[in-house]
Amino acid sequence: MQQEGPSRSKTPKIAVMDLWKSFAGKKVLQGVNLEVWPGESLVIVGGSGAGKSVLLKHLIGLIQPDQGHVIVDGEDLACAEPERCLAIRRKFGMAFQEGALFDSMNVFENIAFPLRRHTKLSEEAIAARVRECLSLVHLSGIENKMPAELSGGMRRRVGFARAIALQPEILLFDEPNTGLDPITAAAIDRVIVEMRDKLPVTMVTITHDMQSAFRIADRIAMLRDGRILAAAPPEVFRQLPDPYIQSFLAGQPVEEDVA
Amino acid sequence: MKPLTLLFEALGRRAIAVFEEVGRFFYVLHSAFLWTFRKPFDFREWVRQMVRVGVDSLPVVGLTALFTGMVLALQTYRGFARFHAEGFVASVVSLSLTRELAPVLAALMIAGRIGSSFAAELGTMRVTEQIDALYAMAVEPIQYLVVPRVGASTIMLPFLVAFADGVGVLGGYMVAVGLMGANPVVYWEKTFQYLDLNDVFSGLIKAAVFGLILAVTGCTKGFFTSGGAEGVGRSTTAAVVMASLVILLSDFFLTKILF
Repeated sequence: MQQEGPSRSKTPKIAVMDLWKSFAGKKVLQGVNLEVWPGESLVIVGGSGAGKSVLLKHLIGLIQPDQGHVIVDGEDLACAEPERCLAIRRKFGMAFQEGALFDSMNVFENIAFPLRRHTKLSEEAIAARVRECLSLVHLSGIENKMPAELSGGMRRRVGFARAIALQPEILLFDEPNTGLDPITAAAIDRVIVEMRDKLPVTMVTITHDMQSAFRIADRIAMLRDGRILAAAPPEVFRQLPDPYIQSFLAGQPVEEDVA
Repeated sequence: MKPLTLLFEALGRRAIAVFEEVGRFFYVLHSAFLWTFRKPFDFREWVRQMVRVGVDSLPVVGLTALFTGMVLALQTYRGFARFHAEGFVASVVSLSLTRELAPVLAALMIAGRIGSSFAAELGTMRVTEQIDALYAMAVEPIQYLVVPRVGASTIMLPFLVAFADGVGVLGGYMVAVGLMGANPVVYWEKTFQYLDLNDVFSGLIKAAVFGLILAVTGCTKGFFTSGGAEGVGRSTTAAVVMASLVILLSDFFLTKILF
């Protein structure tokens, strides 16, 4: 496995150690080892069914591994105390594929929800924070809309705003621009890049869109057959000789798959 | 040999499915109980669910009880008239309503009205990743979604049944006095003559247990939904069927224990 990180000296923000997971006998993750360094934007790429979503959900404990560990800031996610689990999860903000907005609440209430739940901020402070988050994703003035009234791209950006409301240390993006047109997808990428540059966060994104990966990544990791095939900064990643990676970059079928 | 093996395999699969179902039910019941006593206490959500289960169900439960009381008076009057025991119609109506019919029929109606909507609501939230989103925001989904629903249903069912008791007795009175020409004073007297406070209370205890069962069943079905819109439909139907069956089965054993 090739791994070239920008900051090897620091301790990783998230360390994934020998992660195994299978569903109904189908092996999805087969020994994933991965470090996410503080402040970096890591993009995990891979084909459909490579286990990207499953890996991402392990990072925050939405799925429990069959074997292996996920360590966040030195703490194992598989902890016993429910309160401690909640505290670790508060370090995360997660943006879901389709936004996963609460459809019984309007945009304002969606973004205010984690603030009301976890802080003692006054209503004015909450309103200010909601406005701030919305302007970060370029969606000012839609506070009173219901999720059903928004387009797919807008829903995702509201999801971003909700994910950053509590100023998380780690942001996870689940296929942020799957199923969007190229222009909307590029706009989503721009928002992610702005968030990367403006906020002091560590970001992990999964996608199968290489263009988008090159736009937002400090480091790209390739997941294949439930393992990390390689992880490297974009310019290095582009040059990796691995035939699978080259096929993936070129958007061509892999020889062995065709045969 | 071969068909026999297949038979045992099929039986085994069914058995495992049943045990899984029971296990999920008790998992949700257990965690809902534990999370009830942890902070934060979601007062607004409790009130919202109590209004939904209790106040909004008054018309349905009222109508059910009214016509049950009416038909009960009609039937027993006809029957008892054959051996000149019309005087006991009132006692039969009040006893059978408070002890048996009001709790069971109200619970079945609420299972259809509320249990199904819990399953549909939580199921939709599951398949659109809203439950994952709650989890990612460090909000325990069981605590936020299940606890208020189960609590509201357990608390409100006895009130609904008390209301049904009253309306049902009134319906019986209307038919017996208005239609069959019973003596109003005697009827009223006979209504309470053999009615013990224990009869009413045991009915209310049953109601609370039924409320718990139908809410936990609905929430469990919703919480463990998979398979998109079709899955939500399946969960909703299953919630009503399962809750109704469990209510009818447990009714026998509760009656055996309580009297």
